[in-house]
Amino acid sequence: MTTIRSSASEMAAALANGETTSVELTEGHYAQIEKVDAQVHAFLYLDKEGALAQAADVDAKRKSGVELSPLAGIPLALKDVLAQKGIPTTCGSKMLEGWRPPYDSTVVSKLKAAGIVILGKTNMDEFAMGSSTENSAYGVTHNPWDLTRIPGGSGGGSSAALAAFEAPLAIGTDTGGSIRQPAAVTGTVGVKPTYGGVSRYGLIAFSSSLDQAGPCARTVLDAALLHEVIAGHDERDSTSIDAPVPQVVKAAKKLDVKGMKIGVVKELQGEGFQSGVLSKFHEGLDALVAAGAELVEVSCPTFDYALAAYYLIAPSECSSNLARFDSMRYGIRIGDDGNRSAEEVMKLTRHEGFGPEVKRRIILGTYALSSGYYDAYYGSAQKVRTLLMRDFNAAFAQADVLVSPTAPTTAFKIGANDNDPLAMYLNDIATIPVNMAGIGGMSLPCGLAEEDGLPVGFQIMSPAMRDDLMYQVGGTLEAALLSKWGGPLLDKAPVLAGN
Amino acid sequence: MAAISRDDVAHLAKLARIEMSDSELDHLAQEMDVILGAVARVQEVASADVPPTSHPIPVNNVVREDVVRPSLTPQEALSGAPAQSEDRFKVPQILGEE
Repeated sequence: MTTIRSSASEMAAALANGETTSVELTEGHYAQIEKVDAQVHAFLYLDKEGALAQAADVDAKRKSGVELSPLAGIPLALKDVLAQKGIPTTCGSKMLEGWRPPYDSTVVSKLKAAGIVILGKTNMDEFAMGSSTENSAYGVTHNPWDLTRIPGGSGGGSSAALAAFEAPLAIGTDTGGSIRQPAAVTGTVGVKPTYGGVSRYGLIAFSSSLDQAGPCARTVLDAALLHEVIAGHDERDSTSIDAPVPQVVKAAKKLDVKGMKIGVVKELQGEGFQSGVLSKFHEGLDALVAAGAELVEVSCPTFDYALAAYYLIAPSECSSNLARFDSMRYGIRIGDDGNRSAEEVMKLTRHEGFGPEVKRRIILGTYALSSGYYDAYYGSAQKVRTLLMRDFNAAFAQADVLVSPTAPTTAFKIGANDNDPLAMYLNDIATIPVNMAGIGGMSLPCGLAEEDGLPVGFQIMSPAMRDDLMYQVGGTLEAALLSKWGGPLLDKAPVLAGN
Repeated sequence: MAAISRDDVAHLAKLARIEMSDSELDHLAQEMDVILGAVARVQEVASADVPPTSHPIPVNNVVREDVVRPSLTPQEALSGAPAQSEDRFKVPQILGEE
């Protein structure tokens, strides 16, 4: 029997054998959203009409024998950073309140072409800047494991929707960990593909050399199926890689790591990591060894500088990218009384439209790029980036994939880091190096921390365009842990009561 | 000594075209000082012999044949405009009246 707790693959099988229809699945998920989303607040907008029309279309095609993509008819939650034609797209910011894009992002075009049913847009930190979803202009999202805690960020709406069974699939974007850290703290799976693997066309830019969209799901195989839908070369994105998409579905099904070398990153497991996070991470390592993999310790000394370099590069690129929000062509406009100049209106609009974290990063980036400070800050950060890539190259010469805990702690309480931006930034310490080097990274659940009973994420990093390797290791680890636990980790999450 | 003063932040806000209240400037100057203190560490390892990296992959300009393709209509392009007039974006005065 298929339920909203089934995996996307199970739902796809039930659709294929006629046990259910896409309309039925879609309505079932909207019923769950109506039941629990007042508590979770994963969604900013629901497109019930459009979703049910897409579902009915897929059902009709299936009935008439048209060949369909593997995920056709499966519902999905879309992070509000991606443009969807005619659907409000806010990026979690007041700046874009009411904006309806006149075009689809490439990711959305591919989802639609595959027959995937987009339920609605999910909450996020404003312009994807944050690790908790607390920076959204539209209210915080709550972690389904404990509603007083954060669901991670910036893609906390997408991860919470998965953990609350409001959708079996979601799309996130990851600039410094915004797919993987939310996956870690909600007990779900999230993948940042190799930079250039998925088109950025129509993805509202935060830091263009780091941003990458990717799949979010409750199982490794579901993430792989979604990965293959959205990946591939796109002539509309000059950084899109013109090469075949790695065969991640095949890799996720291999369930074999015999003889593979797993590099354990020395610098990503010591001070600052919660003890329950480390103990569950080590249980994951034990499971891989039992499955026949070999562990090697690798050292990446520059990782200690990755966070500092990231918080120069990302704000610098953001200060440039967010210059487009000038109140002239789209978005809100404040103070245009017929007397004020364009510049005055621009300043008032940006004062009203941006929240504190976005302003903080624009100012920091403006400083780091300004004449006299460029070499000391932005220029130095770019050199650290070179050193990070050298560290990764050396490590991948010793191991097929690298592993670490995804985040240093489990989900923290909403409001815990309100007055301390630096403490908030530390959440990204293990995820950032992956973005800086443009390689692939995955987080999957590896257990519940003893001290608080909350999910812990296991991160797997693979060389550029070898995303298949992290799926192979992730799929094997997931299978080993599922048999140890006797079922999915999310079965241990509290069942949310209806209203 | 503070790495960055309140006046510096006010200047940066002007460059970034963001109006800021006095309390925002006070608060941000303090925060910026702490953040800059933390990120300045990059200078410890950024020696002269290390080349900078701007992108994880080589970035090349992409060109295509100059042929007409379907694109947004003027109505679509203007659909999100705060103000419009005669198929154009309508903006506040830029040069002043004199």
